Amino acid sequence: MNFVAFKMLVGDRPKYLGLIFAIGFASFLISQQCSIFCSLMLRTTSQIRDIVDASIWVMDPATLYFDEARPLPDNKLYRVRQVPGVAWAVPLFKGTATMRTDKGNFRAITLFGLDDTSLVGAPPHMLLGRLEDLSLPDAVIIDRDGYKLLYPGEPYKIGREIEMNERRGIIVGICKISRAFNANLVGFTRYSNALDFVGQQRNNMSFVLAQPDPGLSPEVVAQRIKAKTGLMALDWNAFGWKTIWYYMKHTGIPINFGTTIIVGIIVGMVVAGQTFYIFTIENLKQFGALKAIGVTNGTLLRMILLQASIVAFIGYSIGVSMCSFFIMRTTHLPATRGFTIPWQVFVFTAIIIFSIVLLASLASLRKVLVLEPAIVFRG
Amino acid sequence: MNSLAVPTAAVSLQGVTKEFGKGESSTLVLRGVNLDVYYGEITLIVGQSGSGKTTLLSVAAGLLNATSGTVMVLGQDLAALSPKEQVLFRRKNLGFAFQQFNLLPALTACENAAVPLLAAGVNRHEAIHRASLLLDRLGMTHRYNALPSKLSGGEQQRVAFARALIHEPHLVIADEPTSSLDSQTGQLVMELLTSISFSPNRAVIIVTHDDRIFRFGNRIATMSDGIIDHITSHTITPSS
Repeated sequence: MNFVAFKMLVGDRPKYLGLIFAIGFASFLISQQCSIFCSLMLRTTSQIRDIVDASIWVMDPATLYFDEARPLPDNKLYRVRQVPGVAWAVPLFKGTATMRTDKGNFRAITLFGLDDTSLVGAPPHMLLGRLEDLSLPDAVIIDRDGYKLLYPGEPYKIGREIEMNERRGIIVGICKISRAFNANLVGFTRYSNALDFVGQQRNNMSFVLAQPDPGLSPEVVAQRIKAKTGLMALDWNAFGWKTIWYYMKHTGIPINFGTTIIVGIIVGMVVAGQTFYIFTIENLKQFGALKAIGVTNGTLLRMILLQASIVAFIGYSIGVSMCSFFIMRTTHLPATRGFTIPWQVFVFTAIIIFSIVLLASLASLRKVLVLEPAIVFRG
Repeated sequence: MNSLAVPTAAVSLQGVTKEFGKGESSTLVLRGVNLDVYYGEITLIVGQSGSGKTTLLSVAAGLLNATSGTVMVLGQDLAALSPKEQVLFRRKNLGFAFQQFNLLPALTACENAAVPLLAAGVNRHEAIHRASLLLDRLGMTHRYNALPSKLSGGEQQRVAFARALIHEPHLVIADEPTSSLDSQTGQLVMELLTSISFSPNRAVIIVTHDDRIFRFGNRIATMSDGIIDHITSHTITPSS
């Protein structure tokens, strides 16, 4: 009877297409909004994930998230280095300045000051120039999006002069980094340079980056650092999640995206439910005839669930394909760079869509299951 | 031929009542019906609207349970069957033709005729092949692949008959098979139904208002106010 169920479904073309459209639309809305939400949340941790040299982040115990680090006194670095199991530890400065070009353009920049000797925390991919050139006087490496903002329409070129905090700097490299949550340019320089570019305070060290001895897990060593120094120490993954949860709790982002996702679910459920219901009501006599002929409720249940599954599968496929197309077309644009669809979004959307269609078909299913087959003899 | 000489009851209703609703709002539609329907015969059930014909048909077909009385169909007491067993019993032994045909609009004539076989788990190609052979006998060779919306009323009823007979049931039940057809087409489909369904191992029950088809019945049971008022019988053969 699967064949009959399939033909009943596709035979009523307007309703079939209406169902597919509703489910496809809901699927697109859910997967696209979830993808953008996840991508934005991942952006809040992009600068943590970009630093692959060190696996432990040490910071003030009151730190809530990555973008709000209270500077530590320099002696904390030495205390971290003394903790058993710490292979090495280096300082990382993170501050904000205004960068001005020789043409008068200026932009806010998030400036990272890297350990002068090791350059731990350096950008993972250089597009132009060499990382080692950071050792040159006043050297700065900036990210490609920042370069495009400072020098719109111009080709990549190193050796250009910039100014921060009335101090001259030289762009010695252009790098590719993951897109940050905020719209600031991102720059890298040596720790000592950074203090000059941003302006020294009593305490300057934003984070201590550390690496455990071989054979020791970052979590274990982080616990030791916490116990010995009283500082907060987290492996990069835990720090990333701490940052994500901060944005989840303290911004309207989840509510905003959640609302749209819920709208998608409601629209999908209402339209699909209504269409399924009308479809069933209009075919009630046919279902009655099938029951009279000897089609069992179990078979009818399987037929309707098959119809629901077909609609859900096609609608889901169309929706996530549209979402994939959207992400593919926009992931290279500056504003949406790095946007991606985590595999969990595919699974989540599938669960929601199949639930929507199942719920939508339940109302009509009940109507069919309790249907008195004698209805077929009523004119 | 013995079965015609000494008819055997395919359906036997004894003291059957059917009540709808409960308490003061209840309605007694069948008030103790006694009726035997024999193999090799066509039994017509006639009567005014509201006399209980359709309810009687539903009870005889196992689509409604009688409130009291005995309903024996093909030697089986329907009350002794569970709801699922009743469905399987109908699937195997009963064929239905409805007033409004109730063909599935998305299926072709051939596919519609094959539905009982598909429901019984017969392979789709086999079922459609058998349906096409039966449609040939009903003069529908050229309309195998037509959708019901493209068929005339007479053609739709022929497909409905094919669906009712495809699995060679022992009892065929038809509800007002000619009421949606013009006079000439009605006569034609009745001739077809009579010729194709006539078998010593099969009984046919037809509910009708249409006095023009009374001549096709071996027995005519006239219902009035929930009981069988009287039964007239005469002998017909497929050739007559």
